[in-house]
Amino acid sequence: MTASSRVIVLHLGLLALLFGLQFILPAYHHGNLARIMVLASYAVGYNILFGYTGLLSLGHALFFAAGMYGMGLTIQHMGFTPAPALIVGIVAGAFVAGALALLALRTVGVSFMIVTLMFAQAGYLTVLYFGEYTRGDEGFVIQQAQRVLWGVDLSNATNRYFAAWGLFSVSFGLSLWLVRSSFGRTLIAIRENEERVRMLGYDTYKHKLTAMIISGTISAAAGAFYGLLFGYAGASFASVQYSIFPLLWVLLGGAGTVLGPFVGTLFMFYLIDLSSGITSAYLLIAGLALVLLTLFAPQGLIGEIRRRFWKNLP
Amino acid sequence: MEFGPHLLLATLEGAVTAAVLALTAVGLSLVFGVMRVVNIAHGEFYMLGAVIAWYVAHMMGGHPALGFFLALVLAPLLVGAIAVLADVIILKRVDYDPERTIVATIGLLYIIQQLTLMTYGPEARPVEAPFNSRIALPWFEWGENGFQFYYPWGLSTTSYKLAVIGAAGVVLLGVWAMMTRTKVGLLMRATQADRDMALAFGIPVERVYALVFGIGAALAALGAVLIVPIQQAHYLMGADPLLLAFIVVIIGGLGSLPGTVLAALFIGLSDGIISVFFSPTLAKILATLLVGLVLVWRPQGLFGTRTA
Amino acid sequence: MTKLIKGTTRRGALKTLAGAAAGTAALPLWARYAQAQSSEPIKIGFQQHSTGIGAAYGRWYGRTTEAAVKVINDGGGINGRMIEVIAEDDGTDPKRGAEVVEKFANQHNCDVAFGTLFSHVVIGSSPRAGELKLPYFVVSEGHHVASGMLNRYTLQPGITDVKSQVQAMAPYVSENLGKKVTMIFPDFAFGHDHRDFFSAAIEAQGGEVLEKIAIPPTETSFTKYFPRIPRDTEVLYHVMVGPAVLTFVKELGEFFGPSSPAIFGFIDSLEAVDIASPGLEFLEGTYFWEGNPRYAQADQTEYDKAFRAAVGVDDNGASISDPTDVSTYAHMFGCWETLHVIKHGLEHSGYQGPGDRAKLIEAVEALTDFPEGHAHPQGAKIFNGKTHQVFGHQYISRVENGKLVRVHTTSIEDTLYPDEVDYTTQPL
Repeated sequence: MTASSRVIVLHLGLLALLFGLQFILPAYHHGNLARIMVLASYAVGYNILFGYTGLLSLGHALFFAAGMYGMGLTIQHMGFTPAPALIVGIVAGAFVAGALALLALRTVGVSFMIVTLMFAQAGYLTVLYFGEYTRGDEGFVIQQAQRVLWGVDLSNATNRYFAAWGLFSVSFGLSLWLVRSSFGRTLIAIRENEERVRMLGYDTYKHKLTAMIISGTISAAAGAFYGLLFGYAGASFASVQYSIFPLLWVLLGGAGTVLGPFVGTLFMFYLIDLSSGITSAYLLIAGLALVLLTLFAPQGLIGEIRRRFWKNLP
Repeated sequence: MEFGPHLLLATLEGAVTAAVLALTAVGLSLVFGVMRVVNIAHGEFYMLGAVIAWYVAHMMGGHPALGFFLALVLAPLLVGAIAVLADVIILKRVDYDPERTIVATIGLLYIIQQLTLMTYGPEARPVEAPFNSRIALPWFEWGENGFQFYYPWGLSTTSYKLAVIGAAGVVLLGVWAMMTRTKVGLLMRATQADRDMALAFGIPVERVYALVFGIGAALAALGAVLIVPIQQAHYLMGADPLLLAFIVVIIGGLGSLPGTVLAALFIGLSDGIISVFFSPTLAKILATLLVGLVLVWRPQGLFGTRTA
Repeated sequence: MTKLIKGTTRRGALKTLAGAAAGTAALPLWARYAQAQSSEPIKIGFQQHSTGIGAAYGRWYGRTTEAAVKVINDGGGINGRMIEVIAEDDGTDPKRGAEVVEKFANQHNCDVAFGTLFSHVVIGSSPRAGELKLPYFVVSEGHHVASGMLNRYTLQPGITDVKSQVQAMAPYVSENLGKKVTMIFPDFAFGHDHRDFFSAAIEAQGGEVLEKIAIPPTETSFTKYFPRIPRDTEVLYHVMVGPAVLTFVKELGEFFGPSSPAIFGFIDSLEAVDIASPGLEFLEGTYFWEGNPRYAQADQTEYDKAFRAAVGVDDNGASISDPTDVSTYAHMFGCWETLHVIKHGLEHSGYQGPGDRAKLIEAVEALTDFPEGHAHPQGAKIFNGKTHQVFGHQYISRVENGKLVRVHTTSIEDTLYPDEVDYTTQPL
């Protein structure tokens, strides 16, 4: 088997495994995994900009929320059915990401972090400002009857799992294809040395712009699906916390790896869930785990595997 | 309230906000400027300062000034020591790598918050100011008798708020003097300018880093003790100062002390003055966008010379 | 017994994990209970705000819950079965809240879930409770249940909602304090409920709201917004939540100085905060809504006395062991009363195990009157089975010598409003 086909087998294998797991997992973990796959899609989107292009954004909650509210508000106030509502959410995310990119890409490094942070914060406050429609921090329920996609009730556990798996497969596959394409390789080169790439005659601005739009669109898709599958949209998903989460997940799993976002999300979810079952001081355990992980697996979990065993893992 | 007094009050409040911002940001400016790492736990050092202030004030009893001034000494020392410990145990061993530092300091944030929650509790507790009296402010008008002063309803501040503005000035001057007039400051500046060169000249860079991290945290704690009589000590209070301080430091231009001061004034005053003209949340949205746009317009910050 | 009322134990978590590994989780559980129903405890999942912005409330909700469960268990439990509380932290976050509800239903096999306060956590969790058909008893005072936004499995039988609280205040405010009101409230849904319901109610009384000042919830300093208060304001109505409440109230006092209008606030602005804190002296003579009077009143009922003793609260509403640890007295009785309603419902539905959850819902829906007593120390209540919401007396207190003294008790009729939903038409 060539190195390339081994990579394909590994990644398709994860999707097959996730598909198969639903038949054997007990109800609780079945539900968790559906949730994790949607959140991991968010992390996959984040990773494209951060892990592969080297731009650390602190504003991705804006895209996640654009997807969630684009979907939720059209269902709630305009009577949309889920399919068009999802499309509105995803397009809203792409649009917001493009608009922010036009402004934020004038900056790099820490200034890029702050510009994205400030716009995301303004987005969060905007959700509160239009409380008449969004119900602000309290949010609103997307009723069971409003969550039937082409006759499929998404509040049903099996259907939810399928939808989450579908979203994850698409974003995961897209991410794998992207980083193996020449476009993706250029992104990685920009991350390593933007100046040199520019001198080689590439339009790095256009590449970064495209990467940010793709990243924002995937994040928005995750937000839209999250709201639809779990029946709730609220302002907490637009808060700065939800910008830091994907950063944390990606760093834990391994920035710039295709598998990393999923592994990081899975790890963090169960770290909190299991430790909170043991003690009420679970944040202490979570904090210690994060510190230890940075000491002993500095590249993140998958990054460490790549460093030690599998050099050309994408 | 009429427009004139309203504007004066908002400006005054903006100045207090600016002082608070400068106090929280000066420590981060030092750490960020010299070490180039994003310390997510910086806000928790601030919180620890406030919590220690409450403990000291609570145990001292007597006149509130006693506990307050003791806390002003104790809190920075304790928090600084904790930070040096964190630096030696964690940051040094991740080699001050920016990304690993983010994860490690998020871990540190969880640990500090949880320990505070378990010992200090979830309540917001007040610390009494050493002195605090309401000062009504006059305004003028052209009345029938010509120019005259009067005291408009609600136009006031407190002596302690004014003192915070003064204290911010003193602390900033102190840091400036330390950086420019002492040997420690020289070592820090040398390390900031070029780490490898500093190492080559025999500067103990690792020890300078530990020192900077400790002083940065101590300054955060000092700021917290000064501010806590206006706000309260609460285990989640670190998040806002972290973000605001971070923003101030970047807008000011990395590691530039005058820039940090100017940025604090800019953000504080614009926050206050915009609130006169728009409804509160809309004002907040506009003030936030303004900060973002300043960086779009000037990516290196107001006083920055190069991009980070 | 003490072991039973503790939070979730490691033993419990391990047991469940082992069960999941063995694949037994897929078995119908009531089959197991049917054989051993007399010994199996009733499992109540307690969604607790242990961390996050609601932690001060969560702590007292925890203490009250523990006390109520001890009283019920000491009295023989529910149909002879002991209550086991499984507490899980939701971080005061709607996402984690929904996950915790799933954990109660699918992993711990709880009979019911209970105890949520913050509205966004309720609204984020409730859809999952409805889909999992897990009876979900919230103690939130939000209007979300009665507004029809939630579902048949979500009920609020132990605490009144903000709409009834707010509208019941209007007659007293307009008759005794003034007719020109300025409102200050946080700019999120809870604040908007205050704004909308109180404006309507005060206009019905012939009063008017001069200005509505919505404060962004990220704010930590407030003085700059106070100049918006019109000079001819007769009553200032304030409600604020979160850790910055004390700053808010203090700055309000500093702003007005000696010439303030009448001030009427919701105790939420000072819940878990000592009225005698430095800077709050100006509150003397101002008025507060209280869900349950924090200070023991002159005509204290024996029920309130017993409730205080059981939870460990002194006559000033603070912890017996630490007088600086002030309780959330205006809200936490809701946990006590809700647990007693759950007990009542379980007993009257002939509840055997999770297969009877629908019967439990119907039994609670059939309830109408809760007389004042040891199970309902805050006062008598009327339950509306269609809207799943309880209605009860509200109290207005005045600060006198640094203590809250009750000056008015509303009738339950003052708090009623037309039904906005009939949950009983939804399938179970």
